[in-house]
Amino acid sequence: MDFLRPASWEEALAAKAEHPTAVPIAGGTDVMVEINFDHRRPDVLLDLNRIAELQEWEVGEDTVRLGASVSYTSIIENLRSELPGLALASHTVASPQIRNRGGVGGNLGTASPAGDAHPALLASGGEVEAVSVRGTRMIPIDEFYVGVKRNALEPDELIRAVHLPKADGPQQFSKVGTRNAMVIAVCAFGLALHPKTRTIRTGIGSAAPTPIRAKEAETFLAAALEEGGFWENGKIIPPAVARQFAELVSGAANPIDDVRGSASYRRHALGIMARRTLGWTWDEYRGNERSAQCA
Amino acid sequence: MGVTRTPTNITQGSQTKGGIGESTLRPDGTLKVTGEFAYSSDLWHEDMLWGFTLRSPHPHARIKSIDTSEALAQAGVYAVLTHDDLPTEHTKYGLEYTDTPVLADGVVRHHGEPVALVAADHPETARRAAAKIKVDYEPLPVVHDEASALADDAPILHPGRDDHHAGQVPHPNIVHRQPIIRGNAEEAAQRADVIVSGEYEVGMQDQAFLGPESGLAVPGEDGGVDLYVATQWLHSDLRQIAPVLGLPEEKVRMTLSGVGGAFGGREDLSMQIHACLLALRTGKPVKIVYNRFESFFGHVHRHPAKLWYEHGATKDGKITHMKCRIVLDGGAYASASPAVVGNASSLSVGPYVIDDVEIEAVALYTNNPPCGAMRGFGAVQACFAYESQMDKLAEKLGMDPVEFRQKNAMSQGTIMPTGQVVDSPAPVAELLRRVKAMPLPPEKQWEAAGDAADVRALPGGLSNTTHGEGVVRGIGYAVGIKNVGFSEGFDDYSTARVQLQVINGEPVATVHTAMAEVGQGGVTVHAQIARTELGVTQVVIHPADTQVGSAGSTSASRQTYMTGGAVKNTCEAVREKVLEIGRRKFGTYHPAWATAELLLESGKVVTDGGEPLADLVDVLEGETVDIELEWRHRPTEAFDLVTGQGFGHVQYSFAAHRAVVEVDTELGLVKVIELACAQDVGKALNPLSVKGQIQGGTTQGLGLAVMEEIIVSKDSKVRNPSFTDYLIPTILDTPTIPVDVLELADEHAPYGLRGIGEAPTLSSTPAVVSAIRAATGLALNRVPVRPEHITGT
Amino acid sequence: MRLTFNVNGRQQEADDVWEGESLLYVLRERLGLPGSKNACEQGECGSCTVRLDGVPVCSCLVAAGQAQDRDIVTVEGLADQAKKRAAAGCAGGACGTTLDEAKQWESKPADGQSGEASTSPLTLSPIQQAFIDAGAVQCGFCTPGLLVAADELLERNDSPSDADIREALSGNLCRCTGYEKILDAVRLAAARAGAETAGTGA
Repeated sequence: MDFLRPASWEEALAAKAEHPTAVPIAGGTDVMVEINFDHRRPDVLLDLNRIAELQEWEVGEDTVRLGASVSYTSIIENLRSELPGLALASHTVASPQIRNRGGVGGNLGTASPAGDAHPALLASGGEVEAVSVRGTRMIPIDEFYVGVKRNALEPDELIRAVHLPKADGPQQFSKVGTRNAMVIAVCAFGLALHPKTRTIRTGIGSAAPTPIRAKEAETFLAAALEEGGFWENGKIIPPAVARQFAELVSGAANPIDDVRGSASYRRHALGIMARRTLGWTWDEYRGNERSAQCA
Repeated sequence: MGVTRTPTNITQGSQTKGGIGESTLRPDGTLKVTGEFAYSSDLWHEDMLWGFTLRSPHPHARIKSIDTSEALAQAGVYAVLTHDDLPTEHTKYGLEYTDTPVLADGVVRHHGEPVALVAADHPETARRAAAKIKVDYEPLPVVHDEASALADDAPILHPGRDDHHAGQVPHPNIVHRQPIIRGNAEEAAQRADVIVSGEYEVGMQDQAFLGPESGLAVPGEDGGVDLYVATQWLHSDLRQIAPVLGLPEEKVRMTLSGVGGAFGGREDLSMQIHACLLALRTGKPVKIVYNRFESFFGHVHRHPAKLWYEHGATKDGKITHMKCRIVLDGGAYASASPAVVGNASSLSVGPYVIDDVEIEAVALYTNNPPCGAMRGFGAVQACFAYESQMDKLAEKLGMDPVEFRQKNAMSQGTIMPTGQVVDSPAPVAELLRRVKAMPLPPEKQWEAAGDAADVRALPGGLSNTTHGEGVVRGIGYAVGIKNVGFSEGFDDYSTARVQLQVINGEPVATVHTAMAEVGQGGVTVHAQIARTELGVTQVVIHPADTQVGSAGSTSASRQTYMTGGAVKNTCEAVREKVLEIGRRKFGTYHPAWATAELLLESGKVVTDGGEPLADLVDVLEGETVDIELEWRHRPTEAFDLVTGQGFGHVQYSFAAHRAVVEVDTELGLVKVIELACAQDVGKALNPLSVKGQIQGGTTQGLGLAVMEEIIVSKDSKVRNPSFTDYLIPTILDTPTIPVDVLELADEHAPYGLRGIGEAPTLSSTPAVVSAIRAATGLALNRVPVRPEHITGT
Repeated sequence: MRLTFNVNGRQQEADDVWEGESLLYVLRERLGLPGSKNACEQGECGSCTVRLDGVPVCSCLVAAGQAQDRDIVTVEGLADQAKKRAAAGCAGGACGTTLDEAKQWESKPADGQSGEASTSPLTLSPIQQAFIDAGAVQCGFCTPGLLVAADELLERNDSPSDADIREALSGNLCRCTGYEKILDAVRLAAARAGAETAGTGA
């Protein structure tokens, strides 16, 4: 096994080009478990810790450029208002120690359906900045997850950052686990209201071969809100609409039975989470609208 | 958090500072907080090799061939051993039956069974070499439950059994069977106004001690071996190790290393023989450390169980009878299964007066992971079932579940189903009264912080699943009974060697036992006993090793009773010797030497009236008093194999819990808000440690109630051998645990104490489940309760 | 490969390190610092918690090579760290106080007369002393990781609520205590530090 320690981003890209099978390691929270448990023996480990820019973020006019290695702790502490869904998701990641090390780049690189960031990223929308010596690609998050633990990266590419729109409305994230802390998702759900475009986006984790959106549910809800004039009148969403939304979210999932939970429970729980997070985000939206009107 | 005592006439020794009854601090505390305490995985030796174990991927298979040549050829590899390399014809070991192969002998009987060993200069070298060992397996049909174990065409897992129960079991795949018949359950059932029955199931729990199996074997110049290891019973290990190595016991010198928890999981051998074999073969020190994955295969687990119960009661709430059948899955090897059967059957009635019973408990041989000792040992499984039945009965009778239990609660003088008269306090009704009387925690604590719900106080915790929606509170009660010490006629004893001498002008006692300190605080208590009995301040606790006689196991809630008792007994002998010396030297100076009861207190010989007669320093001068003695509890009897009658248990231990839970009824997630416990401890030698034991045991019971289970597939494979998928409670899962300690002395026990370690693990589980039932209205007959069970999905 | 990094204020070197080794392995097996514990090696128990450039992390999930040129504090360095903090103004609460001043504290242990190997307060950090005094140590295998995590909590939050303590320690499993005495210990350390600060008028 070789251990490469590039000191700069350019060096890292060169190393990845030269060793396409090299496994990037940043927080180590996935890679080291596999090595410790003898599940994986990479030829080359490519340490990204020394590349300071990966741990930096920039808040722009409309978007946040989030370095691949910005820790979950930093996201929780610094980006709660810009990326509320991701901040909530970050808070559910494993333990304080893991949140201090792990970042979104690792979650994307591993592309496990159980990764906590994915539902929030899908709900937010955004792009993954994938870079190689050949150049830079912006991969829409919707096109990033291509199979079980497989992503759209080419062998010579590394994730430099994700570009996420600053939240223009309330976002929520909810995850079911059988423990009250330090638990892998049995299933998870992310929801973002986008009042500017009057759209809804969702993300489902651990309930399909890849993280997915519940697009039918999104379309249904957006149409229902539009039709009823809810964006303007800020009325409570009728229970029938919430129920239908929840059912469509459940239906979007394609879960399996495993040691963490049954397929039918996952479907059921997603429906509950969809209904609750819709209630929380809509309450927040109505609250914001009211205070905006009062001001 | 009061402590209640009754007056007793039991001797309590002198009033020396730091003696019994005080919450003195751990003698190993400083080393443990500075990181200097040497656990078995911390050991290091010049020129040391690393051992690694190749394990079977199959639950049941014939081994057609093993080719180790490629592994042996690897650079850095010093030895590769298989069954064929074992040095003697003693190739098996076992706690009760000698049925467990040191390395698989032509057949593997469970997933993860050791097949070959490698010693190399780096753990990675050893792992890579092990991967190059070619084992040709022919998979065999799997026995995974009672039906497949007893089927006409069932494979007999241990043909030609020669253990002491082999002749009596109804089928060779039954490890042991214990019926207990008392009164006439059929007839008594006629008097019942209501009858309830139920089928209950307990999943396979893991001890999940945090320090994985590990140790270091160092070959000696005399052809023997020095073994430093974390275990619960040095001498039991020694008895099993030495014959396999072909060495006399005195050439296998064992020293206890730091033990990172045990809870029954270190009763059986793990890496002990393997490390010794590799050390003797290579002539080099060999260290073996399991990682968490391997640890799940490296020790036995709590028996999963199926339990069928029937109870009847009269309208006025008196239980008429009980029938039960308990089937424990012992897995591939016997381990402690026979004793677990004895406990499960003899304690199956719970802490209740029921004169007419029909009980049967069996343990099976299957191809599942071997099961054996874990905190609670057979009584945990029964307690979940009988306490579930008590709730059902109370409900059917329309009675308060606590009052119903109190009405049927046993007390001193009650006759157990085994015919044994309970001859010390059994304050079952009082314990229930106490937990019920504790103030309830405030409602909706998640709203306390202000506007936003504090999700940390809600089911789901940080996962943000509810802000109060769907959350319902429930309250449940349970009480349990556990035996203390080794039972069924086992010659249970412990040994203590105590020295008293003057060092640097001060009397110093040295206490040497082979007791395994696994975290319970036995070392603290031994020093307290020595201070109380010998009136010294300075006590040295000698490291535990096999240079002193056996202490028995640190299990069965027995060590404070047994090795504490042994230390007390030896100290008394030392005191007699000191007084003899004193009388010889100073007897003529004061008449009290001849006439008074004399004590050793605060460095002096004093009369029972408190008058000092001489300084210990002057009595001892240059002399060292040095005594080693064995000490036994009163004998017990085996249970009759047909009727189950017999004076089987030396002491019983009782705890009661009240659980307050909040359940997200829509998602099936549970947050335990409070788990109050009341326990009778006889005498709290160290109140701080007593509470620590109760709170720790309570938490393990909580784990079994809502999250802990080793999941074994229908084809007998372990599916979750990691801390990612075998979950134990975090600090956010664990509630406040108020403890009410009673001290009702047992006059048969040293200082009147009662073994305490296990009882709180029993009643915690059914109390939590009862509270979940109260919140949801569901039957919930299986633990752990999973979200699916609550949501019905 | 060769590694150079700083552990507990001392420059350390390790040679012939296999590239797949964790920082935990290097600390324990190559540097003679076995205080950090190897309980799960998958980041699920916190027993191996160390400070990496000040940040609490699971050392089992830090590849050894990633520690190159960085600063590590392990349980073995906690007392020194506390002394340095105290010298910088007593803020971390390295100065002791009586148990009576500890709030929320119920079971009063005897003083450390019990044959302790050494209970000189100078050799222990306040959080270490509090763990001993509160009975938060049983088998002790989780203790080093909990101490590092709790010490860091008190460094950034000198009067944590119970919920804060639980959240900060939610990555550290303990199998013996049921966590109650661990909560007591952190409360005790915070109360002692608070009493000291109040006493000095700081």
